[in-house]
Amino acid sequence: MSAAAPARVAVVAYAAEVHPGGTPAAEPALVHCAVTAVLDQAGIDRADVGFTCSGSFDYLAGAPFSFVGALDSLGAWPPISESHVEMDAAWALYEAWLHLLSAEQGDSGSTGSGGIALAYGFGKPTQGSLPDILARTLDPYYLAPLGVDADDLAALQARAAIDAGVCAEDAAGAVGGAPPADGAAAVLLATEPAASRIARARGVRPAWITGLEHRIDVHSPAARDLSRCASAAQAAAAAGVDKGPVHVAELHARHPHEEALLRAALGLGPNTEVNPSGGPMAADPVMATGLVRIGEAARRVADGTADRAAAHAAQGPCLQHNLVAVLEAAPEGGPR
Amino acid sequence: MPTEPPGADPLAPLVGAHTVAFPGGYTRSTGPVIGRFLTELRDGRLVGVRAASGRVLFPPTEYDPRDGSPVTDDFPEVGPAGTVQAWCWVPDPRPAHPFDRPFAWATVLFDGADTALLHALDMGPDAGADPPRGLRAGLRVRPRLRPAGERTGSITDIACLRPEVTAIRDTGRLDYTIRADAALTRYLEAQTEGRIIGSRARSGAVYVPPRDLDPADGTPVTGDVELPPTGTLTTFSVNHVPDPRAPQVPFVTGYVRLDGADVDLLALVSGVDPERVRPGMRLRAEWLPPEERSRTRPSIRWFVPDEGAEAGTGEAP
Repeated sequence: MSAAAPARVAVVAYAAEVHPGGTPAAEPALVHCAVTAVLDQAGIDRADVGFTCSGSFDYLAGAPFSFVGALDSLGAWPPISESHVEMDAAWALYEAWLHLLSAEQGDSGSTGSGGIALAYGFGKPTQGSLPDILARTLDPYYLAPLGVDADDLAALQARAAIDAGVCAEDAAGAVGGAPPADGAAAVLLATEPAASRIARARGVRPAWITGLEHRIDVHSPAARDLSRCASAAQAAAAAGVDKGPVHVAELHARHPHEEALLRAALGLGPNTEVNPSGGPMAADPVMATGLVRIGEAARRVADGTADRAAAHAAQGPCLQHNLVAVLEAAPEGGPR
Repeated sequence: MPTEPPGADPLAPLVGAHTVAFPGGYTRSTGPVIGRFLTELRDGRLVGVRAASGRVLFPPTEYDPRDGSPVTDDFPEVGPAGTVQAWCWVPDPRPAHPFDRPFAWATVLFDGADTALLHALDMGPDAGADPPRGLRAGLRVRPRLRPAGERTGSITDIACLRPEVTAIRDTGRLDYTIRADAALTRYLEAQTEGRIIGSRARSGAVYVPPRDLDPADGTPVTGDVELPPTGTLTTFSVNHVPDPRAPQVPFVTGYVRLDGADVDLLALVSGVDPERVRPGMRLRAEWLPPEERSRTRPSIRWFVPDEGAEAGTGEAP
């Protein structure tokens, strides 16, 4: 499962339902919109999906097991093969990707997927104070009691980046850049032959995942060098970002300085178009934002406006945990 | 909880409040490493833990974040001082923050430690919306612990960090009663009438303010002379330290050679950008309005450029 292995899984459909100002619609309704859209794009039925994985964060709604309620929109009866991560849905896609690879290799525990998996994520961050909510994810012994919040920590990293010359004082901009949005996103993954069949029917190209890796840094921002993003660089190297030109990169940067740090970590040059979708600073449907990056990058490969794209997702204080995907139209040695 | 009063607009969006909280708080066990740290902290000591590699982790964790290996049971004392690494300024604190006035968050590497602590940094009650000039990577700081009886074994037993002492302020003052001699009395009284008095020595030299004795040879002066309120700037300085007599900083003090005088008069210079003040400038006295004049101080507010004279000098623009 490294960048050296031939690509076997492709993104074949992507949809997002995002409400920048917030919406009274409940989570299942948001998920229903996004999931129905990808199934319609692919021309398949819910029963054709062999494995489903979601990413969300119960504290956003302040309701335990709120992710279970979102399953209402899937039609989960008779029982489906389903999983959940309390993480950005990019990591749900990671689990779905592993599931499809295992199924291809005949892993007895993952058979019967039919070669199609669904990853989705959702969140309603406009109902509470997002900086305070994210602060609940901090170390409960040394960080949470201080009252330090996510925006404070981002500002701390911005200063470290400025002091290290990674970005200019004015380029760091005001922290709290990304406006929280309510929303959901869904991505369909497929192996062959489903991948080519669905892409042909849609008149697009499969966006083959040629690299997908995640790495994590130490939790405490005080125990790291905040002027660089070591785990993002490691994930990018493992995913093989530097193995070819990157036409488009979608980065999970919620603040201007984060984009500067991530450009450096992924080794992106001036020829790479970064966040053509507008990125998280245009709309941040928390817990779907990372999956949206993969979906947007894949969309560009699918529609032929990029042959090779990188997508990045992050979570945790000061870009602690980073996932990097490489998506390609027709990777060398892989399926066409 | 229902918040809709009876008879509310049935078309308005339905909205209710929702709170997540654990009644009485949530109890967490600390384990032996964090527990040791918090216990020592309650007693007023800052201890780190030594990792297998020899590095000292502060605050302690049960593993070395570099390689995940278990730590040793050596808890060396660190600090009490440390060095600021990263920082951010919080000009407008939110309710969860530890201060209700501007403060900083900072990561601080304590002396003897190899990992840093994140905590609030108090830059003083006078700090404003902009980060204080002294707030920089490299700033030396120390923790302010809560009083012993109030410490509970929490990271907030460190109330905050604060900069090391590098300067003190001397606010002492002395007050005097000055009794003016005869010459000074004549000088100040004449100024209340808008006149400038000097005195002429036997040698012919004219001193201003007036003196009773010629400082050159100690002989009594021959008498007072009246001087015009115009003169030439001989030298000057630009002052950046506030002074109650000057309207603002920077302000200019200068030596003015009044026309007909042989010594310079020390005065404020105003009505001109400090950047444009030059020796040789023609100046004239600007008087306080009569109702503000007093025998107890000079009635010349300051000197200003003598525009009419300046135009005639043909000075290059």
